[in-house]
Amino acid sequence: MSNLINIKGVRHAYKTPSGPLPVLDGLELSVPEGGFAAVVGPSGCGKSTLTRLVAGLMKPDEGEVWLHGDLVKGPKSTVGMAFQNPVLLEWRTILQNVMLPLEIVSTGMSKRQQEARARHLLDLVGLSGFEDKRPSELSGGMRQRASLCRSIVHKPEVLILDEPFGALDAFTREDLWQTMHKVKAEEPFTGVLITHDLRESIFLADQVIVLSGRPAKTQYVMDVHLTGERDIEMLYTAESADALNILRQQIRIAQGRDAA
Amino acid sequence: MTLRQIGVPLAALILFGLFWEWLVWVNGWPNYKMASPSDIWPAFWKFRGLFLEYGWDTLWRTVVGLLLSVVFGVFLGMIMGLSRTMREALYPLLVGFNAIPKATVVPIIALMFVGQHDMNTILIAFLISFFPIAVSVSIGLSTLEPEYRDILASLGASKFTIFWKIALPKTLPEFFGALKVAVTLAFIGTNLMEIVEPHGRGLGHLFDSGKISADYPLMFAVLIALALMGIVLYYVVVALEKVFAGWAERNPT
Repeated sequence: MSNLINIKGVRHAYKTPSGPLPVLDGLELSVPEGGFAAVVGPSGCGKSTLTRLVAGLMKPDEGEVWLHGDLVKGPKSTVGMAFQNPVLLEWRTILQNVMLPLEIVSTGMSKRQQEARARHLLDLVGLSGFEDKRPSELSGGMRQRASLCRSIVHKPEVLILDEPFGALDAFTREDLWQTMHKVKAEEPFTGVLITHDLRESIFLADQVIVLSGRPAKTQYVMDVHLTGERDIEMLYTAESADALNILRQQIRIAQGRDAA
Repeated sequence: MTLRQIGVPLAALILFGLFWEWLVWVNGWPNYKMASPSDIWPAFWKFRGLFLEYGWDTLWRTVVGLLLSVVFGVFLGMIMGLSRTMREALYPLLVGFNAIPKATVVPIIALMFVGQHDMNTILIAFLISFFPIAVSVSIGLSTLEPEYRDILASLGASKFTIFWKIALPKTLPEFFGALKVAVTLAFIGTNLMEIVEPHGRGLGHLFDSGKISADYPLMFAVLIALALMGIVLYYVVVALEKVFAGWAERNPT
């Protein structure tokens, strides 16, 4: 089966006053349709640059990004994005916020169908009853749930999550991990998750990619084969501990603390 | 509006008036030094026709000047907020222009457009009040977090759509903050023209004729009328803010 996301030999440098600053140098990544890849790596290694490349918001200096057999040349409506900052529009209600992408992307849905879909998604993430509230009336975790709904409301093929749970407390974060699984079961997508949290990476993804320190290249790829129901206990099995150990070691190498 | 919201300011107003009256009485000030509220009422009544007519002159000129400020200020703010080069180019120019005391511009404008009193007055009201609007809109736009742009840009939305759906509404609270400052400034501008270059119209002219005929209570009455109009215009802006940017107000917890 072909890969839905294919990143081949991507190099990119930012122009700074003191000369070019290379951030990505030989990045390889492929995610099959329906797959969910987590990208981990030391801070400042260019993970967010990666999301902007996949979203078509930037072009790499070298290399190619392919989505569904098409070379990415600019933004595509088949992509959904969520960030660490939920960026909800304060002047809109939660429901209106979730429906925002539908004002840009034509989905062939009637206004009524659009609203029904938005309400259904809000219900799915546990926000029913908050449709008409303003973002400022919601907690951080609830805002992030609403942001998640907005990122998938237009049925994107590719979902890009840039540390969406990074600013949440540990308990809220674990709740949202489970919500993620629920959403994925009902609304299939191919996803890339940028994260700092190794437990999050193996809990959510089926493939973990470790990037080296800046300039980043793909240093290590791990397939995650956690079996059975995904609940938090699953993170405390010997199998998970092994996987986490390997990843932790790889991060140390990426940080330049251990020899490869 | 609750009783408290009307009652408290009203009570404060009455107390202030009583204190003023008492102060003049206890010091025995003549009305050319300090008129008291009881001097001002008769002045209002005596010139009620002129107050209405000239008050209207001052009011509509101020409002038109302010509207020009809004249009031009938002336009300039947009240019400076969306383009870094334009911001760097225009900022010093704008600051320099704003630093010029507008009283010195009044005779220049009056010479430029001799006899066009309405236009002159509106022009000064406009020149004095567009600066805070331009600055606040440009700051609002240039400090828009990139993620806000990205949520729409990643869907292929045009620059205009992003501006219309996100940047513009997000800047509204800053805009209204500036408009509250601008509304008072526009008033100052209108009266500056009416007083420095008197041409027989507006409350400024009434003030001037009070000065010439040594009718001191009339001069004080003009000040009170200006204050009242200022309050009304200010609260019109507040009401508009509630409608268009009410979302920015947090409920007290």
